[in-house]
Amino acid sequence: MPVHLVREIDKLKQMMLSLAAMVEDNMRFAVKAVAERDPNLAQKVIARDHEIDRVEVEVEEECLKIFALHQPVANDLRFIVAILKINHDLERIGDLAVNIAERAEEMSRFRQPAMRTDLLIMADVVQNMVSESIDAMINRDLKQARDIWLADDEIDARNRAIHQDVGREIGEHPEHYETLLCLLSVSRNLERIADHATSIAKDVIYMIEGEIVRHRSREFRAINSPQSHTPRP
Amino acid sequence: MTTELSLDLLADDTRMDLALATPIVEISNLSLFYGAKQALHDVTLNIPERHITAFIGPSGCGKSTLLRCLNRMNDLIDHVRISGRIAIRGHDIHDPQQDVTELRKRVGMVFQKSNPFPKSIYENIAFGPRILGTRDRATLDEIVERSLRAAALWDEVKDRLNESALGMSGGQQQRLCIGRALAVEPEILLMDEPCSALDPIATARIEDLMLELKQRYTIVIVTHNMQQAARMSDYTAFMYMGKLIEVGLTRKVFTTPLEQQTEDYITGRFG
Repeated sequence: MPVHLVREIDKLKQMMLSLAAMVEDNMRFAVKAVAERDPNLAQKVIARDHEIDRVEVEVEEECLKIFALHQPVANDLRFIVAILKINHDLERIGDLAVNIAERAEEMSRFRQPAMRTDLLIMADVVQNMVSESIDAMINRDLKQARDIWLADDEIDARNRAIHQDVGREIGEHPEHYETLLCLLSVSRNLERIADHATSIAKDVIYMIEGEIVRHRSREFRAINSPQSHTPRP
Repeated sequence: MTTELSLDLLADDTRMDLALATPIVEISNLSLFYGAKQALHDVTLNIPERHITAFIGPSGCGKSTLLRCLNRMNDLIDHVRISGRIAIRGHDIHDPQQDVTELRKRVGMVFQKSNPFPKSIYENIAFGPRILGTRDRATLDEIVERSLRAAALWDEVKDRLNESALGMSGGQQQRLCIGRALAVEPEILLMDEPCSALDPIATARIEDLMLELKQRYTIVIVTHNMQQAARMSDYTAFMYMGKLIEVGLTRKVFTTPLEQQTEDYITGRFG
């Protein structure tokens, strides 16, 4: 590969890594802001999203420049295409972290009910999915990418369970409905973040294997899942 | 331009599957030696009718040699030995009964450097048909117009048909050579680096012309310009050191090549 293209691709990798780091931080702070009812931290998350938006545009411009100037093919082509799409997913994850931070601001007015353990566990799994999806991209790790895809089912199940529990609690403690609705929203936003991590994993599979695997979840589970899963509604 | 546009890529892949496409040329176990040096090793390849097939590969990989086999241009070189078989429409071109002039009429060729005869534009086109026995002026006029139109040159030169071809621009000269090849109504057009001496605008005109021509002719092109192979051809064959490494739909070869050597070459990692 021409040296200048190697340099461009390395630069793009660095930009992606710093974007991913910013997004992961913001996601973690947003969940922390919810758990600690910390409106200042929530504000910080919201403010930092502008920086994420700026880097997203820069990464896209960089990809377009490489397409125009180097006309990459094969492996290089698939890498740049994957970056372009993963870039968009990361930016969306940033937006969802902002949604969570906004719920944290709302909830900061109330002390009760306490943060739910199941939601914290879910947040932890989702954060891992996001950072592993980026690792899979950088290390070209097919197995890791496939594992993330499988993990998405677990998140869907957790989100459904939280919805049922919280729905019941709203019935039992209608005085807490505002906070409980916020927690439901956090759960929903986390579930959507997991969808984006899964989408990144699918782009990593495309990048490595050259096959577009989106919209093939049923087929994928039948081959890869150790046990049967409930199909998504 | 009248190129077909299909939105169903999967159906396209099936329709264009090399194994299922109708081959006009079938090359089987072709080896070629220049004296003791083997230039082609056991090449087996089908070339589908009315599509563009590109041969790519580093210098000296045998792509031009393979191209020249298709109309037996290598016969003109001393000490060349060929084994294997090349059939056009099922007929072996090395058959002793094969008239080589007749073969070269059916399989026309355009070279890297345009090589018009030092004659008028009209005479360049009329030359082939005349040699093949057409004498009637009206018929020749008709062939000249038809060929120049097919070569997308008629409107530019219709008022100066009797001027020397050498006064034309490089791009026009190359289109004249394509017109000259078309004048004898070939079935197959071989193009050896047809745009390497042309600027991007003249190149684009030749490429547009190729897309027009593939509706009626089978085109085989050798090119060093990978982007040209990628944007122009339907099928790409990658050669390396006299061997055919990979052949397939261009769309596939340039996005998901099967062989590592192909990948390394088209991404510029060697060659």
